[in-house]
Amino acid sequence: MDFFAKIMAFIAAAIVQGTPLLFGATGEIITEKSGNLNLGIPGIMYIGGISGIIGGYLYEHFSAEPIPLLCVLISLLTSLVGSTFIAFIYSFLTITLKANQNVVGLALTTLGVGLGNFYGGSLLKFFGESGSISLLTTGNAYKTKIPFISDHLGIVGETFFSFGFLVYVAIIIAILSQWFINKTRVGLNLRAVGENPATADAAGINVALYKYVATCVGGAIAGLGGLYFVMDYTTGAWTNNGFGDRGWLAIAIVIFALWKPRSAIFSSYIFGGLYIASVFISGLSGSTKELIKMLPYLVTIIVLVFTSSRKKREHQPPAALGQSYFREER
Amino acid sequence: MSNVAIELRGITKRFGNVVANKDVNLTVCSGEILSLLGENGSGKTTLMNMISGIYHPDEGQIIIGGEAVSINSPHDAFNYKIGMIHQHFKLVDLFTAAENIILGLDEKGKFDIKAVSGKVSEISSKYGFEIDPAKKIYEMSVSEKQTVEIIKVLYRGADILILDEPTAVLTPQETRKLFDILRRMRDDGKAIIIITHKLHEVLDLSDKVAVLRHGEYVGTIATKDADENILTEMMVGKKVELNIDRPEPVDPQDRLVVEHIDCMSREGVKLLDDVSFVARSGEILGIAGIAGSGQRELLEAIAGLQKLDGGSIIYHNPKNGKAENLRDKTPMEIRELGVRLSFVPEDRLGMGLVGNMSVVDNMMLRSYRRGHSVFVERHGPEELAHKIIKDLEVATPDADIPVRRLSGGNVQKILLGREISSSPTLLMAAYPVRGLDINSSYLIYDLLNDQKKKGVAVIFVGEDLDVLLDLCDRILVIGSGRITGVLDARTATKNEVGYLMTKTDREEDAENAE
Repeated sequence: MDFFAKIMAFIAAAIVQGTPLLFGATGEIITEKSGNLNLGIPGIMYIGGISGIIGGYLYEHFSAEPIPLLCVLISLLTSLVGSTFIAFIYSFLTITLKANQNVVGLALTTLGVGLGNFYGGSLLKFFGESGSISLLTTGNAYKTKIPFISDHLGIVGETFFSFGFLVYVAIIIAILSQWFINKTRVGLNLRAVGENPATADAAGINVALYKYVATCVGGAIAGLGGLYFVMDYTTGAWTNNGFGDRGWLAIAIVIFALWKPRSAIFSSYIFGGLYIASVFISGLSGSTKELIKMLPYLVTIIVLVFTSSRKKREHQPPAALGQSYFREER
Repeated sequence: MSNVAIELRGITKRFGNVVANKDVNLTVCSGEILSLLGENGSGKTTLMNMISGIYHPDEGQIIIGGEAVSINSPHDAFNYKIGMIHQHFKLVDLFTAAENIILGLDEKGKFDIKAVSGKVSEISSKYGFEIDPAKKIYEMSVSEKQTVEIIKVLYRGADILILDEPTAVLTPQETRKLFDILRRMRDDGKAIIIITHKLHEVLDLSDKVAVLRHGEYVGTIATKDADENILTEMMVGKKVELNIDRPEPVDPQDRLVVEHIDCMSREGVKLLDDVSFVARSGEILGIAGIAGSGQRELLEAIAGLQKLDGGSIIYHNPKNGKAENLRDKTPMEIRELGVRLSFVPEDRLGMGLVGNMSVVDNMMLRSYRRGHSVFVERHGPEELAHKIIKDLEVATPDADIPVRRLSGGNVQKILLGREISSSPTLLMAAYPVRGLDINSSYLIYDLLNDQKKKGVAVIFVGEDLDVLLDLCDRILVIGSGRITGVLDARTATKNEVGYLMTKTDREEDAENAE
């Protein structure tokens, strides 16, 4: 029974680890469907985290008795604004100015990580405090479990229903995205923009608008991954570089899930499980632990090898991914 | 013919210093087919792009339904019920026909792809299209893709249809089918503009013909008053000699002997099936066939770009009399054997030239290995580029312009010029005059004849049977990867070639079964 409990605990941990990845992957899938390869996602996720922290901190700092619901709403709003803003910069540079997508993306990742660490390290000093950021009220508000089912379903409730609301939001967004991309008119137009922007343009679709909206919405969703990490996972605390390289894993999941948000759900939990596996296998020596930690990256490489050799057209990335669209070009 | 669908008045469009269209006046009525005729680069497509909202005219008016309108986007064009079928299809490969058809539409109500399919079938049966709305574009033939394009504009309720060289990609049978459909649309009251430079199609299909020459409007003439001579004169401004020169071959020797070659596609379809023929020096060997019958694989096999499953390709070197088997050799190995092979591929900017590189740099693609210095030798290629530009009358501001910015005819001149400059003993040209205007085409024929006189074995893959019959010495007819006949071009008739082209295995099997 002990083993079973351990497995269930592992699953719960995998879901927790997978949630930021799922936000990032869903956001990137929506972005890539418009033909924009946003490698700024890892940076945007840092920004999503730190913007939430800033909003939450300002509210907690200036309010005598912070109301948990407002804590959540304010930090959620600032997080969305922050990550959307960075995604908007990416959009402006790549869509309007037609800059190289890879260069802009990588630059924004560097910027995002840097800004996150800068504000994470100096926010308290701006307000004359010392120590490190810890937003307990906000953090605990994010961690609020679903009442009743979380503690009345025994082990099932503990494993699947004992998370903060963002875990479920991630799943809902992924499912909604899947439906949106495949079953709606706007989704069809979006896919056309990513597959063949010239065709979409000729069909009367506003290519630039679609790219802007998809990239900004995708950035906002990805930013929620960073928010979940700082608010729920670390209970409102910021550690420099604490989010690590999860953003890159999210981009790897996009490929692993073959650009399908629905597949991204399980892919994220698998990657989340691999990420945390070394903690759950007992009796490992230090070096073996490090080897186990390599698994997500190893899996990513293997997946890349497999997906790139796949022949099916439906499993390929959007055909115009990474290319700027010039209308006048003949 | 009083019901005017669209009228253009004094349309002028400039790109920088180049005047693409100058003072063009056109009228098309409902229930009428207008052919827009002109050589390459005469501004036909630019003019039509202004009607379909891709460009905006600098001067002049577009009048629809009696009112001057401003068409600023393809979306505006839809609102005026204008539908353009581009030469290069604007379709999303990954989508089904139905998905492509409704792309970009803001129809009210629920998104229902089944209802779309129903409406598509309705349009199909009305005009006689054959299409499966659920088929993916990447699984379709060119003619099916074109059908999707046409239904797309009809679905949007277009009353004015513009077709940009619709027959360029079709077989004769498919062309006939398309024309039937267009006639049915005309009888249904649609106004149709068809861009073309094939005279017989103009005469066959249209009610009237408008002619552009170098961007200027020459005039409109009723088709019943026109014939090939009148139209050609309007188009080129001077009488063009229709006879192609054909010198007698001098001392033909076997240069390339192809024996029993087989080639399978990845899916196991026989692309080349037991193909054998001889190409002789001082002779132009024409290859005729419906597009995609194995012409491309055949040339690529000889050039060392296609792996074969059987047979041999023997080259007889005139210098040392040696016979070399070229089968399964790389182009580099073939060159090292001393084989002077020049290949002008069908895909000029894909396989022949690099679009983003200048004329000079494209010359260097063939010569950069020469010399022993670390640095490449640029002087020779520069001279060659200037020589080609001068000799072949390439219209380009200078030799440093990226070739993709030149028109199709000029690109072809540069490619052919480069290939000929290496003084080949075997020259293969695939569709060298495709998309070229009449003057450029004749220049190309002359170049091929020059090579023939020099004793080069020329292989000419063509699509225009009249040209093949006038230019070549012998014609090899290929059908579904098999040689269906070898004819003497001096005595063969068009019917003979056409019959051999359409002759396939299946028909033979059926005959055998009887």
